Amino acid sequence: MDTPVLADTFAPGEAHFDECLAEWPRERRAALASSITERDVLAALEKDVLRPEDFMALLSPVAAPFLEEMAQRSREITLRFFGRSVNLFSPLYISDICTNHCRYCGFNADNHQKRRHLSVDEAAAEAFALADAGISHILLLTGDARHIASPQYIADVAARIKPRFASVGVEVYSLTLDEYRLLIRNGVDSMTMFQETYNRDLYEWLHPAGPKHDFLWRLNTPARAAKAGMHSVGIGALIGLDEFIHDAFCTGLHAWWLQKHFPGVDIGLSVPRMCPHEGSFEVKHGVGDRQFVQYIAALRCFLPRCGITVSSRENANMRNHVVPIGVTRVSAGVSTAVGGRVVDAENSGQFDISDHRSVREMTRDLAALGYQAVAKDWEACDF
Amino acid sequence: MRITVNGETEEITEGLTLLDFIIGRGLDPGVVVAELNRDIVAKDNFAAVRLNPGDSLELLHFVGGG
Amino acid sequence: MQQSDSLVIGGVELDSRLFIGTGKYSDDALIPAVCEASASQVITVAMRRVDKNGTGVMGHIPSRMRLLPNTSGARNAEEAVRLARLARAAGCGDWIKIEVISDTRHLLPDGYETAKATEILAKEGFTVLPYINPDLYVARACVDAGAAAVMPLGSPIGTNRGLRTKEMIGILIEEIDLPIVVDAGIGRPSQACEAMEMGAAACLVNTGIASSDDPVAMAMAFRRAVEAGRAAFLAGAGAVRSGGAVASSPLTGFLR
Repeated sequence: MDTPVLADTFAPGEAHFDECLAEWPRERRAALASSITERDVLAALEKDVLRPEDFMALLSPVAAPFLEEMAQRSREITLRFFGRSVNLFSPLYISDICTNHCRYCGFNADNHQKRRHLSVDEAAAEAFALADAGISHILLLTGDARHIASPQYIADVAARIKPRFASVGVEVYSLTLDEYRLLIRNGVDSMTMFQETYNRDLYEWLHPAGPKHDFLWRLNTPARAAKAGMHSVGIGALIGLDEFIHDAFCTGLHAWWLQKHFPGVDIGLSVPRMCPHEGSFEVKHGVGDRQFVQYIAALRCFLPRCGITVSSRENANMRNHVVPIGVTRVSAGVSTAVGGRVVDAENSGQFDISDHRSVREMTRDLAALGYQAVAKDWEACDF
Repeated sequence: MRITVNGETEEITEGLTLLDFIIGRGLDPGVVVAELNRDIVAKDNFAAVRLNPGDSLELLHFVGGG
Repeated sequence: MQQSDSLVIGGVELDSRLFIGTGKYSDDALIPAVCEASASQVITVAMRRVDKNGTGVMGHIPSRMRLLPNTSGARNAEEAVRLARLARAAGCGDWIKIEVISDTRHLLPDGYETAKATEILAKEGFTVLPYINPDLYVARACVDAGAAAVMPLGSPIGTNRGLRTKEMIGILIEEIDLPIVVDAGIGRPSQACEAMEMGAAACLVNTGIASSDDPVAMAMAFRRAVEAGRAAFLAGAGAVRSGGAVASSPLTGFLR
């Protein structure tokens, strides 16, 4: 499987992230993490330019007592690079038919709930309802079922709705270089691809079958999308699957590597934390609120110019408090079910959200915090 | 016969090799670089290259610089 | 155990991180003693037409030195390439410092022409060290063109004003995976030390040594400064801030 992965994504000799990750095996990460001292944490907080070793220091338990200092530093950096504005977006689930068997996911093919695949017209109707509510940046989501929610289908939805959105993003299954180019030609400018976990053995166990099983193919997907010409590429690990320090570190390392190799691409980070869902997956490495905030602050210190997204998995109280610390992008008016705004939904969605605020409510609450909600942050000039 | 050396026209004896000319100038052929009619002449060829009327010769060497 | 900290450029290992020049000396006969005092292994020279009684500088350069001819005088890529080829024909190796300047008022290098010349010469097998403004895009173009190191200026050439471009050089050190050799503008040992402390791979100092009252003593001072800066970089700066959590927690007080 390895050869076609690289052949599609990279020219011979071109750098790929799995090589960078291989330089940071678990043992090396663990050894570094256990060697961190208070002095390393303070030094990392002093630096303008952090190395991966500094990032590890800020993620480590040794940094926990310095959480307020980290938050202050993170806030100061965020204010300098992003000011007092937060980008609003809304996800739109357009198809939940899925052939994967992700053990932790509500859309798992083994969950025999009724599924819904919106037609292009239905998807457009749902999207336009979001546009009417004031959303300009939309994120289209599908399950992994390329025979139904095909790249052409996603491209067709994007092309249809693009006139009413400044930015159309996708969070769908992993595509080929040419398929990303197809989406870009049809108005898609950003993509999000969660690695879920950077632990290969765990990854393969969590995704026992289906196209998502291939670890390397997924790992190299953000670079493939960047190479295809995506304006923004977002990544993230699903925190709670593996030990926090490993997936948190690898997420930062991945973003750092992408920034270095694709300086023209806007690299973004998401920090999803596992929450209850319809299946019975046991969250082994759940992180508490303090560690969650530490994660955001460490990412901000390490990657000053990366957008950081916090989704409605987090409740309103948490989101209100992490915006001033370093979050630059939040969702509003969210439903994780397919349909439900204009057309009928068949089920309650991929996961339960914790923050049900509408676009209007979110805008009001951000204003109360002293932040402006920005509906349109960017738009390609060739549309 | 007349040739151009470093931009200035000079009258020289016919039949000289490049090496003869460089030595005749009091220059050390070991540190001089020669470009004859825009082509670099390798040091090993200084003795083999004969100067012809109308040639344009550049003689260069290393000087102080930062 | 003492780890080796040699600088590798174009496959050549260097123990000294101070490059020196041969211009502007009151007497070229000082050069051997400057080489000795600086412990430098790399020295720059320029290429010029021989004049009637000019003897050139080669007679003053110890044979152990690696020659880094520059292309000064070149106003575009084509002239730089021509000078580089001539320099190589002198038989003193294939290192070349690309210097393309067409603005005689400020003597600032032309990044676009420099990158073009770098590409041509790298393909011809030269070890190319382009002299540039510390511009990230120009530096990247030089990397893509096959440069062996990049040489950003600290301040305009000959001004001895130090690291006026410090922020930009810092960005190159952060982003460029080749050795960064700070060239031009370093007038004092403290400035060279500062560049090394930031993570520069080496410094090239000509005017700062040559125009001092005692070039040999100044060469020694620069040697020590470069070594001190390098050692400080390797040692890693300590935290300045005092430890301990702050008393009030305005940002994280909401966490139990």
